[in-house]
Amino acid sequence: MKGMSVIVKTISSWVKVLIILFGIYIVLFGHLTPGGGFAGGVVLASSYVLLMLAFGREFVLKNLPLSLDSKLDCVGGILFIAIAILGVVFGGVFFKNCFIEYGQKFNLISAGTIPLSNIVIGLKVGASLYLVIFLLSAFRRDDSDEQSVFRSPEEIHDRAMKDEKESN
Amino acid sequence: MIKFLPAFVVIPLLTAFILPLFSKKNKDAATVLANIVIVSLLVLSVLFVNKTGVYVMGQRSIPLGINLVLDGLSSLLLLAISFVSFAAMLFSIRYMEQYTAKTKYLSLFMLMVAGMNGVVLSGDIFNLFVFLEVASIASYSLVGFGCEHEELEASFKYMVLGSIASAFLLFGIALVYGNTGSLNMVYISEIIQQTGMKNGLAFAMALFIVGFGLKAALVPFHAWLPDAHPSAPAPISAMLSGVLIKALGVYALCRIIFNVFGLSIAISWTLVALGVLSMVIGVFLAVGQWDMKRLLAYHSISQMGYVVMGVGLGALIIAEDGSKIWASLAIMGGLFHLINHAVFKSLLFLMSGSVEMATGTRQLKKLGGLGDVMPITRAVSFVASASIAGVPPFNGFWSKLILVVSAVGAGFYWLAGVTVVVSLVTLISFLKIQRYAFLGELPEYLQQVKESKGSMLYAMIFLACLCVFMGLILLVPSLRENILQPAVNVLMSGQGYANTVKTMVQQ
Repeated sequence: MKGMSVIVKTISSWVKVLIILFGIYIVLFGHLTPGGGFAGGVVLASSYVLLMLAFGREFVLKNLPLSLDSKLDCVGGILFIAIAILGVVFGGVFFKNCFIEYGQKFNLISAGTIPLSNIVIGLKVGASLYLVIFLLSAFRRDDSDEQSVFRSPEEIHDRAMKDEKESN
Repeated sequence: MIKFLPAFVVIPLLTAFILPLFSKKNKDAATVLANIVIVSLLVLSVLFVNKTGVYVMGQRSIPLGINLVLDGLSSLLLLAISFVSFAAMLFSIRYMEQYTAKTKYLSLFMLMVAGMNGVVLSGDIFNLFVFLEVASIASYSLVGFGCEHEELEASFKYMVLGSIASAFLLFGIALVYGNTGSLNMVYISEIIQQTGMKNGLAFAMALFIVGFGLKAALVPFHAWLPDAHPSAPAPISAMLSGVLIKALGVYALCRIIFNVFGLSIAISWTLVALGVLSMVIGVFLAVGQWDMKRLLAYHSISQMGYVVMGVGLGALIIAEDGSKIWASLAIMGGLFHLINHAVFKSLLFLMSGSVEMATGTRQLKKLGGLGDVMPITRAVSFVASASIAGVPPFNGFWSKLILVVSAVGAGFYWLAGVTVVVSLVTLISFLKIQRYAFLGELPEYLQQVKESKGSMLYAMIFLACLCVFMGLILLVPSLRENILQPAVNVLMSGQGYANTVKTMVQQ
């Protein structure tokens, strides 16, 4: 059996929902409470780390392949800049608030484009932190070459799949 | 015009996120896109010569919002970054074919350019730090891009020392914020003018000198550079040595010391001492090297010493209430040497990349006789070596001439002497490269060597032409008034920077 015991697996499959929910809360309330895109993104990534520990790498890879994840990472960055550029298009100045009113203070929908920026930063940070932790776990010394060799994410993905098959 | 100012940061940043989306099959399209972006930045930076202005992000008023400031010094650095990154990008079209994951390389390259442009444009001290980290972190991974044992080790060493530098800078910024209540350079400068240097601020100044000194690889802090620069791929060595250590180190140091904190005799002597130490120790460490890129890396330290010495000499003359003419001449020498060094050192690193790609080695003892089989590489290496050694009429001669003249004029005869002696030792070590790599017998195992082709040659010839003609920036009055003099004026105005920026905001 891969991963940890049944108890750990059951608990973490319940807890993951709460963690993701908490991450989304931190991202969405970033402009009102402490936290924001970065902190929420870290929480989101940590839910995948929990799954990776409990169920093993293969399970997580099926759920969120690395190629998709690195695309999400880039899309997060592009969207963040796109929001900034919308400020130029509609308001004439970079990062200017546009097409959303500032709204009532301390309401969830307020502060203009800042919550949108928080959401895309959450996406970017979550995706890239997941990628970082996965690569750190997959990076290991290859004794056949007698020195550490870095591999592209796709290669690590393939090798991880192969390792899991062999261990079965 | 000024409303296009954020483009210097936004365009490369956006491209950096778009490029990894290209698959391996489409890497030619990615290369074309990256080149188009770099060329457009080059055009933009030429258009911005001798323009000034402030761009306020999101129209939030200045002490709260973020602003980008373009003045003479910034536009000089932008020019250097754009020209060197153009040549390096052109060179890597062909050179980077030997590595896998070219799209990721291009993406990191763009991040580095975005970070450096951000550093030179940023008008507040914390954004300067953020962009500095963007450029540094991109450069850490680019140094280890080859992923061989040696390269990863160099990258790790660079990362550790770079992070120490960043920690010092962050601590310094926190102290400044605690003592002045502002992160905007204009406001910090005004408050320091009112209250004078408190102890906390003086300590912050020391932290900044160490932090930016580490980034600029001045001598007591130079340990990472001789490992990091040779390990990187050649175009990245050219970028690191050509512009990164200048934008992140020397530019930021000058901006903070001259415009924000104001000059004092002690700080000026510190600059002069760091400069002279770097010049002398760097060049003597370089002369004994047999690894071509390592030799060039040590020369970077030595040449950065010239820049810091020139600027520091200017600062010293101003702080001692000496003649303004000699002070501005010394600063002009330092800044002119900065852009000259950007051009000839990146050319030298590209040349070493061309030699390494053709022969597979960069050990001078294993090379020889390449002059016959690689005539163009040999020619550009001659131009660049003559420039760095200060042989007239190449560009290095003019900047070293101004430095010597200003040192003599201000009465610092020993500085002039040191400058000339270091220049001679530089000449010796570049004669060594000429002798061992390009002259002599062609060894058996190098008979098959062929001249590099295509984009690599164009990039090298482009920089070599710049080397030959850059003396004109000094000699032709209209070019000097538009390119060099505004940058010198920014540093000469000292804390008058605050007023200048404030009037620019109101326009």
